Amino acid sequence: MSDWIAIGSINDIPRRGARCVMTPQGRIAVFRTMEDQVFAIDDHCPHKGGPLSQGIVHGASVTCPLHNWVISLETGKALGADEGSVRTIPLKLDGDSILAHLETTSVAAE
Amino acid sequence: MAEQKQKLVVVGNGMAPGRALEHLLELAPDAYEIVIFNAEPRVNYDRIMLSPVLSGEKEFEEIIIHGDGWYIKHGITLYKGHKVVNIDREAKTVTSDAGTTESYDKLLIATGSVPFILPLPGKDLPGVLTYRDLDDVNAMLLAAQSRAKAIVIGGGLLGLEAAAGLASRGMEVTVLHVMPTLMERQLDPAAGYLLEKAVEARGIKVITKANTKEIIGDGKVEGVLLADGTTLPADLVVMAVGIRPNGNLAKDAGLEVNRGIVTNAGMRTSDPDIYSIGECAEVGGQCYGLVAPLYEMARVVAAQLAGDLSAAFVHSETPTKLKVTGINLFSVGDLGEGDDRQEIVLRDAAAGVYKRLVLKDNRIIGTVLYGETSDGAWFHDLTKKRTDISEMRETLIFGQSYQGGSPLDPMAAVAALPDDAEICGCNGICKGKITGAITSKGLTSLDDVRAHTKASASCGSCTGLVEQLLTLTLGDKYNPSAVTPMCGCTDLGHDDVRRLIKAKGLKSIPAVMQELEWKTSCGCAKCRPALNYYLVADWPDEYADDYQSRFINERVHANIQKDGTYSVVPRMWGGMTTSSELRAIADVVDKFEIPAVKVTGGQRIDMLGVKKEDLPAVWADLGKAGFVSGQAYAKGLRTVKTCVGSDWCRFGTQDSTGLGIRIEKFMWGSWTPAKLKMGVSGCPRNCAEATCKDIGIICVDSGYEIHFAGAAGLDIKGTEVLGLVKTEDEALEHVVALTQMYREQARYLERIYKWAKRVGLDEIRRQIMTDAEKRKGFFDRFVFSQKFAQVDPWSERVSGVDKHEFKPMATIGYAQAAE
Repeated sequence: MSDWIAIGSINDIPRRGARCVMTPQGRIAVFRTMEDQVFAIDDHCPHKGGPLSQGIVHGASVTCPLHNWVISLETGKALGADEGSVRTIPLKLDGDSILAHLETTSVAAE
Repeated sequence: MAEQKQKLVVVGNGMAPGRALEHLLELAPDAYEIVIFNAEPRVNYDRIMLSPVLSGEKEFEEIIIHGDGWYIKHGITLYKGHKVVNIDREAKTVTSDAGTTESYDKLLIATGSVPFILPLPGKDLPGVLTYRDLDDVNAMLLAAQSRAKAIVIGGGLLGLEAAAGLASRGMEVTVLHVMPTLMERQLDPAAGYLLEKAVEARGIKVITKANTKEIIGDGKVEGVLLADGTTLPADLVVMAVGIRPNGNLAKDAGLEVNRGIVTNAGMRTSDPDIYSIGECAEVGGQCYGLVAPLYEMARVVAAQLAGDLSAAFVHSETPTKLKVTGINLFSVGDLGEGDDRQEIVLRDAAAGVYKRLVLKDNRIIGTVLYGETSDGAWFHDLTKKRTDISEMRETLIFGQSYQGGSPLDPMAAVAALPDDAEICGCNGICKGKITGAITSKGLTSLDDVRAHTKASASCGSCTGLVEQLLTLTLGDKYNPSAVTPMCGCTDLGHDDVRRLIKAKGLKSIPAVMQELEWKTSCGCAKCRPALNYYLVADWPDEYADDYQSRFINERVHANIQKDGTYSVVPRMWGGMTTSSELRAIADVVDKFEIPAVKVTGGQRIDMLGVKKEDLPAVWADLGKAGFVSGQAYAKGLRTVKTCVGSDWCRFGTQDSTGLGIRIEKFMWGSWTPAKLKMGVSGCPRNCAEATCKDIGIICVDSGYEIHFAGAAGLDIKGTEVLGLVKTEDEALEHVVALTQMYREQARYLERIYKWAKRVGLDEIRRQIMTDAEKRKGFFDRFVFSQKFAQVDPWSERVSGVDKHEFKPMATIGYAQAAE
């Protein structure tokens, strides 16, 4: 099972920046681009687990603060010569409010 | 015994005679004893590049063609600032205004041209300038400092370059042009209109059909009166309405002078021992003003002087290009309309592109390209070869890459060019000559190609093509190190970007990206931190630091660790601490269960493994004990390491601890291109290890020896000595000035030792040790910028700045998720 869950307002995130959201499946990073697009991915670089939410955001990608891997926010895939990917989490905007599509099955089982 | 050398005297030292002498020294190095008279008090420079000097994109030193060393090396006598006033053809001598007389066997007159001055009332008022040489540029730069109003009379090539230069220096500029459209001699009205829009988009006002009646002013320029009665205020008027060949000297000597000094195809005047080349010469009934035909004259006269009497000048059409950054324009040939002519036109208003080819008998006779000019050389080549284009007529206007082969690959286009296709229009260098030189001489860089072939060494607009030829010929071996771009978002190198930020007064990252034509919408993780630093360094009072363009450590003022936690290092001034400070650190470590504590190499204490959410609370507690951020994460001043000095040490010569603390308190908070670590040792035993620091001081009995450019990281390098000063005050002033020089000049992430290697130790010593005025300037600018930099970032965040950085936006609990 999964649901759309409100995780905050777009105004809580600086443009070209990110915020973290703690979820039962781990910490996710929610990004806002220069053009006010929002994306969410696992806050965990496929390379060495660096916190992607702390990276520099440019276009629709982020550069990991640990070793400069560049990750596409749209696909979660590493760009350039590096290979790897992280989970993307679907988001939608309801006015200023950001809704994330989060898995709830594992929760229900507990 | 060797034959007695003949003596060649050259009047004028511009680009044409400079080039002629190069050829002559190559063809017949020992044939002549050479003497040059130059009315300008300087060496030979690239006059075409005065516009980039005016706009601030280049320095004068960068456009020198022959430095003093060149004349010495070739045994040439150069009289600088000597204007020749008389030629005695009977005695075969010339005499300068300074009274120097030299005899000649052969004389070369290259007196160039003089700007045409409109015979208007007020033309002699102070503040009315022409645009011809470096003195004019300097006068304009001086006027531009007042940021006042300028009027440029003349909307041709020179006038527009002058206007763009003055505008980029901050002046309010109006261009007056007597014709209905700009550059009407080279452009058709449609391209002229696009150019006018582009010029106006730069904040330059253009008035066409403007007939200037009078320059008004009392004692100095105050404005311009037009024939229609309009008065325009101005503090500077630049006349750029054309040039006139300067044949006065030749005329006085009785040589045949028409519009210019009349020569035959061998560049010989009516006196068989006197030649003339350059803008002053008239050959085949024509005078020339663009560099390519002038260089052709230089080639011919050199061959003649070397004994090849068959060398002859041949007329050819030369393309016109405008050297205003961001405006691409190419024009060549006959653009007139007529019944026997057809044209092909391409317009793309949104992209600002206009292309027009004029055809006659299925051949291109004229080309105008605006906005997109890369096919100019190809079209010009088709004209010169008189190629029948009927086969490719359908796609001709789209350029070379659409003819057969794969489309839109610039390398393929260059590869497809025939060997005799002209690459460098200024110097008439074809593709085969460049690729031949690369292969036979083992050339590997753009500078090599410039040195060996002259291609791209004049106006530089073919640089891209030459680089493509290097890539094509050398493959991966070509490393375009001449200018390594900052990153994939731009073709500009760090130095160009820094210079343009200053010259154009760019004060935000979006402004830089817009004006310097960034290829990406918002940069990348390489260029954004660099631009942010350059803007902070250049405009400390006006620029708003962009935290989203800073690396995480500088954004949250702590050092990220491999597990995503942070380390915290408070400042311990000069490495000194107290029991109460240590107690406060111990309490913080306990309270926040910080897993590791370490003494650093910079004489302070590092708390490792702090959770991001805890950072503000950790700082709050440290702040209560008097600690501020140690900036151990910053591209900025880190530590000043000291020894105990004369306070305690039996060998100490000065108070090294006190000086270290003083420097650290003076300089903390300052941003630098890369991290900056210092050390102060109280005697040459050097316990503070000052001789491997970025900047170090060794105290001695007679004062303070200042060191710099050491390294003890990836590279290991002992410092260089900057110099010795007597007092502590002087030591501080010199260290601060050196730091500021480094801040203003280095590339982002370039440590001081790498910068020093690039700039030269002697130059740094000269500016800091010898030139007191320069040093004072650096010092004052540093002090000014500290007004905005010395704010403790930790206490700011304790009081609520950037709260969002330190806590999650939301925590989705199990209950909530299950709902």
